[in-house]
Amino acid sequence: MIFDPVFIRLKALFLDLCARFFPEWVVMLASIVISAVVILVMGPVIMMYLTLLERKLLGRIQNRYGPNRVGIWGLLQPVADGIKMFIKEDIVPAHADKIIHLLAPVVTVVPSLMVFLVVPFGNGMTAVNLNIGILYFVAISSITTIPIFMGSWASRNKFSVLGGMRAAAQMISYEAPMTLAIVPVIMASQTLATATIVESQGGGFGMNWFIFTPWGLLGFIIYFFCAIAECNRPPFDLPEAESELIAGFHTEYSGMKFALFYMAEYMNAFTLSAIAVTLFLGGWQGPFLPSWIWFFGKTFLLVCVMIWFRGTFLRFRVDHLMGFAWKFLLPLSLINILIAGLWFLTPAIAAWALTAGLVVASFFVFVKLNKTFVPEKRTYVLAD
Amino acid sequence: MEILTLAAKIGAYALMTGVLLFALGVVALRNLFHSALCLAAALIGIAGLYLFFRADFLAAVQILLYVGAVMTVIIFAIMLTEHLSGKTTIQHNRQSLPAFLGIAALVTVIAKVILQTPWPVTQKALGAHTSVEGIGTALMTVYVFPFEVISVVLIAALIGAVIIAKRENPS
Repeated sequence: MIFDPVFIRLKALFLDLCARFFPEWVVMLASIVISAVVILVMGPVIMMYLTLLERKLLGRIQNRYGPNRVGIWGLLQPVADGIKMFIKEDIVPAHADKIIHLLAPVVTVVPSLMVFLVVPFGNGMTAVNLNIGILYFVAISSITTIPIFMGSWASRNKFSVLGGMRAAAQMISYEAPMTLAIVPVIMASQTLATATIVESQGGGFGMNWFIFTPWGLLGFIIYFFCAIAECNRPPFDLPEAESELIAGFHTEYSGMKFALFYMAEYMNAFTLSAIAVTLFLGGWQGPFLPSWIWFFGKTFLLVCVMIWFRGTFLRFRVDHLMGFAWKFLLPLSLINILIAGLWFLTPAIAAWALTAGLVVASFFVFVKLNKTFVPEKRTYVLAD
Repeated sequence: MEILTLAAKIGAYALMTGVLLFALGVVALRNLFHSALCLAAALIGIAGLYLFFRADFLAAVQILLYVGAVMTVIIFAIMLTEHLSGKTTIQHNRQSLPAFLGIAALVTVIAKVILQTPWPVTQKALGAHTSVEGIGTALMTVYVFPFEVISVVLIAALIGAVIIAKRENPS
């Protein structure tokens, strides 16, 4: 495979060039700066084109074209949007807490960018191969509630505070099943490092992905639902439900500050899909094509599924949302850990039958237990 | 290389200063929400210090538990109590002098204990890197009893919380 390590070769070439002219510490710094710059540029660029992809796909779902005026196929639409955001007036409410109102959108981008550090974009293309990679991801994504709190509190607006409260309740609830859904993968690969998790899914033409096991499939579904809830996308977009809360926690933001909230949301959608690919869909593993093409292909496929969900499903009700996390996903993810344990203890064919049966049985049991009470259909007889 | 070591040293001291300043902000600021944010910043700074001293597992757990869970609950509580979140509150009262004396005594005792403990500074201990595997093995072998006790306590707390929340008012 010639094209596989092309980015690694480019970086090595540049560092070699540096080493001829500069002392050793400059080369070390350059190595860090290159990775940092690539990530800092890639995050916003991915976000820009995700907005375009989303609008195009949603347009197709709703039987219209989507943006097609700026550039060929509307390819320059994100640039036009960026310019528009920059020249919009920056409005700060009179009674807002000025400093925190300014800080919130800035802080909110930081955790979304930091997750990019541990994403394995290809074979040997992890920016920092931390040996606690997945734990780092869980820890960083647990901070994201605080900037939302800051923004909603500093705005001094009822809708903002309501949106902030909803965001926090939702994120805390969905964090628990998400973390528990990751546990079987850690059990299977015996490591927390993202690069090693991907490597343990190789073998058999690089198609030995965890999603092809019963516990992997269940874990992936739980993780993916929680991921959509974590980045506040429809059908879990209660924190910014337009019909109820105007715009939720970013009601009082305009111009570039609003764009930063938007950017964090789209970068979260990308990184959460990327981590889902890493954990369950074999990361960069796959036959024939270069590793980074496999990785980006799978990640954008998941992003497209998220957009498809947005175009298809209706928004949850608050109590349904909480019930779904605590009464359905959480017990299912706990049972999934048990099923994964059985998978490793029993021999091959028996394991398949046993775990697949258990997954299906527990799924239907929890669906049955969660059946909401529907009152009998009433008929009203009109008075004569 | 020496320049990098020097930079790391300066960075660590800057981090410590930052943590101290934020900690001061927690007790000195007049707005409870600002204090809570300062506390979050101080806790993140401490996680950074753990990272600097190569305890990366501890750093991740610090952020996950203290910043992700505890701070979120604190801020939630502040935002739910409407009359606290907007107003300014004075953080000191008439008991600040006895409190200061008590804290001074505590700090002296802790400092004395730290100074009197013979820390085993060997080459091996300096190069040691606390790995996740090491912590996991220790929890499952040597420290399995305290580990299990903590699990039981946590389960009890969980069930207790559910029972308190479920109690229905007769009215």
